[in-house]
Amino acid sequence: MRLYLAVGAGGFRRYATYGTATAAGVFTNTVFGFIVAYTYIALWDERPGLGGYDQAQALTFVWVSQSLLAAGALIGGGFQEELQERVRTGDIAVDLYRPADLQMWWLAADLGRAAFQLAGRGVVPLAVGALAFRLALPADPLRWLLFLVSVVLGLTVSFALRYLLGLAAFWLMDGSGVNLMANVVAIFFSGVLLPLTVFPGGFGELVRSLPWSAMLQVPMDVLLGEHSGAGSAAGALGFQGVWACVLLGAGRLLQSAATRKVVVQGG
Amino acid sequence: MAEAVLEREPARKFDVVEVPRRGRVREGLRGYGLIVAMWIRSTMTYRTSFFLSVFGNAAIQMLDFIGIWIMFRHVDALGGFSLPEIALLYGSCSASLGLATLLLGNTDRVGVRVRDGSLDTMLVRPVPVLAQVAADRFALRRLGRIGQGLAVLGWAVSALDVDWSVGKALLVPVMIVAGAAIFAAVMVAGAAFQFVAGDAAEVQNSFTYGGNAMLQYPPTIFAQDLLRGVTFIVPLAFVNWLPALYVLGRPDPLGLPGWVAFLSPLVAFVVFLPASLAWRAGVRSYRSTGS
Repeated sequence: MRLYLAVGAGGFRRYATYGTATAAGVFTNTVFGFIVAYTYIALWDERPGLGGYDQAQALTFVWVSQSLLAAGALIGGGFQEELQERVRTGDIAVDLYRPADLQMWWLAADLGRAAFQLAGRGVVPLAVGALAFRLALPADPLRWLLFLVSVVLGLTVSFALRYLLGLAAFWLMDGSGVNLMANVVAIFFSGVLLPLTVFPGGFGELVRSLPWSAMLQVPMDVLLGEHSGAGSAAGALGFQGVWACVLLGAGRLLQSAATRKVVVQGG
Repeated sequence: MAEAVLEREPARKFDVVEVPRRGRVREGLRGYGLIVAMWIRSTMTYRTSFFLSVFGNAAIQMLDFIGIWIMFRHVDALGGFSLPEIALLYGSCSASLGLATLLLGNTDRVGVRVRDGSLDTMLVRPVPVLAQVAADRFALRRLGRIGQGLAVLGWAVSALDVDWSVGKALLVPVMIVAGAAIFAAVMVAGAAFQFVAGDAAEVQNSFTYGGNAMLQYPPTIFAQDLLRGVTFIVPLAFVNWLPALYVLGRPDPLGLPGWVAFLSPLVAFVVFLPASLAWRAGVRSYRSTGS
């Protein structure tokens, strides 16, 4: 456990080094926040209550998602490319010899990265959004706590999915194609493009039951109080927990299949 | 590449390459062409991967437009604009940005090159640095975005109820090319900024990709101050808003006269001046990391 904490802290520190990049990211998230906020105002002016949100809730959705994008690696970024590179170059053999579990190692590093992104790229855009628009942020500390738990579960689901992408390099060698497609899917199905509650009919129901929904839509709904009862909140967190377990389990299976493939060449 | 290198003595000092003005532009274009050809050859080595990534690029963009389409499942108009009208805005700025990123898409890597010192190699080659940076890792897969933009634009033109005149019909291709040139100027200025700010590619992206995200929607939904900013300061409004408003026969929310719709090529030319000056200042201020 101490080992993984150290790995996580390393992930945090590594991203904390890039001050300008973080500042640039904050700027970008804020600019995009304004653009999306205006489009949502137009949309909710036309259809108040769309997707079960009032306008303040919709704007909260915009700004909180801008704060979560980098942490959840929802529009790209994260560790999977590095893992793929290590597979391609063969450095993965070194990782496998470490007295640590490969999946746990990368999970700790990625959560460390996410923790930095959440603090470094999350707080300022949300504060700017709250100053510029009327948001529906809750006053209840318990709800913020639930939100944080939900965010951590969402980050775990996001990690578990991207770990599968990383391992795909054992078979594909070049991961850029799958990464691109995975990114498309994540943007569309997580709620980055449009809240999933706005997706119509049966397609909407399907979209809301997929793992990507656990990455953004569910934490958002927890924060906005769409799961205010204890049972409803437990259901939402449980949904995330189940997807996290399923995908981490799939990652373990794939990992053992992948490591059997590894041939270490001397040189 | 090799012949280009052999043709002339290597420059000893970065900014004192004594080549006549017109010759420099020609040299730049020639160098650019050679580098682009090299990257295309390397891309075509893995043809399947290439076609998949073109498709992936177009698919990303298509899902983006499906997002707008889903919005229109709930509303008839956004900011007073119908779906075909928004498709005109969407398709045109998507095609413009696609063209600009195809031609000089990796200028945003300058920050990385400044940080890791690999810009040094570019400075000693006898091809203008801007041409090298623009052609750096030339990605033909970006045809995907252009194709998708043109497809949406084609649908918009067929679905729109517009009384086409010669002027309006000519304005559509002009809008795409001039729009691409404006985006390109913004990219060059953003790349120049990275000499000062270091690894700040995202600032550059927020003007190009962020501008694109904004120009997809009608100007009527944005605050007046924002509109003034993107008309008079970073003139993104000339990429597609002003020409498209003319095509659609709608007034400009800032009250500008109709003929400004035809100014886009001029605006593109004018914004290139500060952008190229900034670029030169950036290259001159470059201090290698030296390691």
